[in-house]
Amino acid sequence: MIVQTIMFYIFAALAVAAGVLVVSSRNPVHSVLFLIVAFFNAAGLFVLIGAEFLAMILVIVYVGAVAVLFLFVVMMLDIDFAQLRGGFVRYLPIGALVGFILLAELVLIIGSWVVFPGVPSAAAASGAPLTNTRALGDILYTRYLFAFQSAGLILLVAMIGAIVLTLRHRADVRRQSISAQLARTRAQSVEVVKVPIGSGSR
Amino acid sequence: MAIGLAHYLTVAAILFTLGIFGIFLNRKNVIIMLMSIELMLLAVSINFVAFSVFLGDLVGQAFAMFVLTVAAAEAAIGLAILVVYFRNRGTIAVEDINMMKG
Repeated sequence: MIVQTIMFYIFAALAVAAGVLVVSSRNPVHSVLFLIVAFFNAAGLFVLIGAEFLAMILVIVYVGAVAVLFLFVVMMLDIDFAQLRGGFVRYLPIGALVGFILLAELVLIIGSWVVFPGVPSAAAASGAPLTNTRALGDILYTRYLFAFQSAGLILLVAMIGAIVLTLRHRADVRRQSISAQLARTRAQSVEVVKVPIGSGSR
Repeated sequence: MAIGLAHYLTVAAILFTLGIFGIFLNRKNVIIMLMSIELMLLAVSINFVAFSVFLGDLVGQAFAMFVLTVAAAEAAIGLAILVVYFRNRGTIAVEDINMMKG
C-alpha cells in the first residue's frame, strides 16, 4: 500500500510538471515531448488505479499516434516559433487569473463532495474474477455496441477528412503515367539504324 | 495514507486547469493550443476512470475510451486543417486567421 501511495505521488507530480512544461516550453518540439511524458505518467496512474487496458490504449493511441502526429506537424511547418510567443507575458495575468479561479472552484467542489453512501465501494467491485480488459469488452460489445460502432465511424470520417484536406494536385510535377507506358509500341520507341562499315554512327 | 478518489480528482483538476492556462498563455500558437486541448481531454479521461473504479462501474472506462477516440479524431482533423492553412497562407499565427471576419 505504501508503495502504491509513493508511486501515485511520483506519477501525479511528473504528470503535472510535464503539463506545466507543455504550456510554458519555449520550443514546440519540447512541448510535444513533455506531452508524451504527461501521457506516460497518466498511463501509470491508470495502471495504479486498476484500469490496465485503458493505460495501454493511452500509450498506444496518444503516444504512438497523436503525439507523433503533433511531432510531424511541428517539424514539418517552417515557422518562426519565437515570433509566435510574442504575447506570452501580456496574456500571463489573465490566464493565471482564469486558471486560478477555475482551480479554486474545482478544489472547492472536490473538497465538499462525498460519494452517496448507498453506492457500492471499490472494495466490493474489486472482488470480480474478470480481468479489466475482459470486463471492458463484455460491456463494450454488448450494451455499448452502437456507441462503439459510432466511434469507429468517427475515426473513419476523421481519416477521410484528413486525407481529403491535405491531398493536393500539383500541376508542375511530372508523374508516372502507367497507361501511356503500357500503350507504347515497338514502332514508337525503337529505331533501327543501318550504319555503313567504317563511317561510325555519329 | 491511502489514495482515494479525491487524489485522482485533484490531479485531473490541476491538469485541466493547466490546459485552460495553456490556451490563454499561447494565444498565438495553434499547435500549443491543440496540445492544451489534448491535456484537458486527458484530465477528463482521468476523471472518468477514477469515478469508474471507485464507484465500481465499468461504464466510465468505456466512455473514457470514447473520449480517447474523439481526441484522436480531433487531433488528426485539426492538424490537417493547420497544414492546409499553412500551405495557403504561410503562417499559423492566430491573429492572422480573420478571413471570415468572425
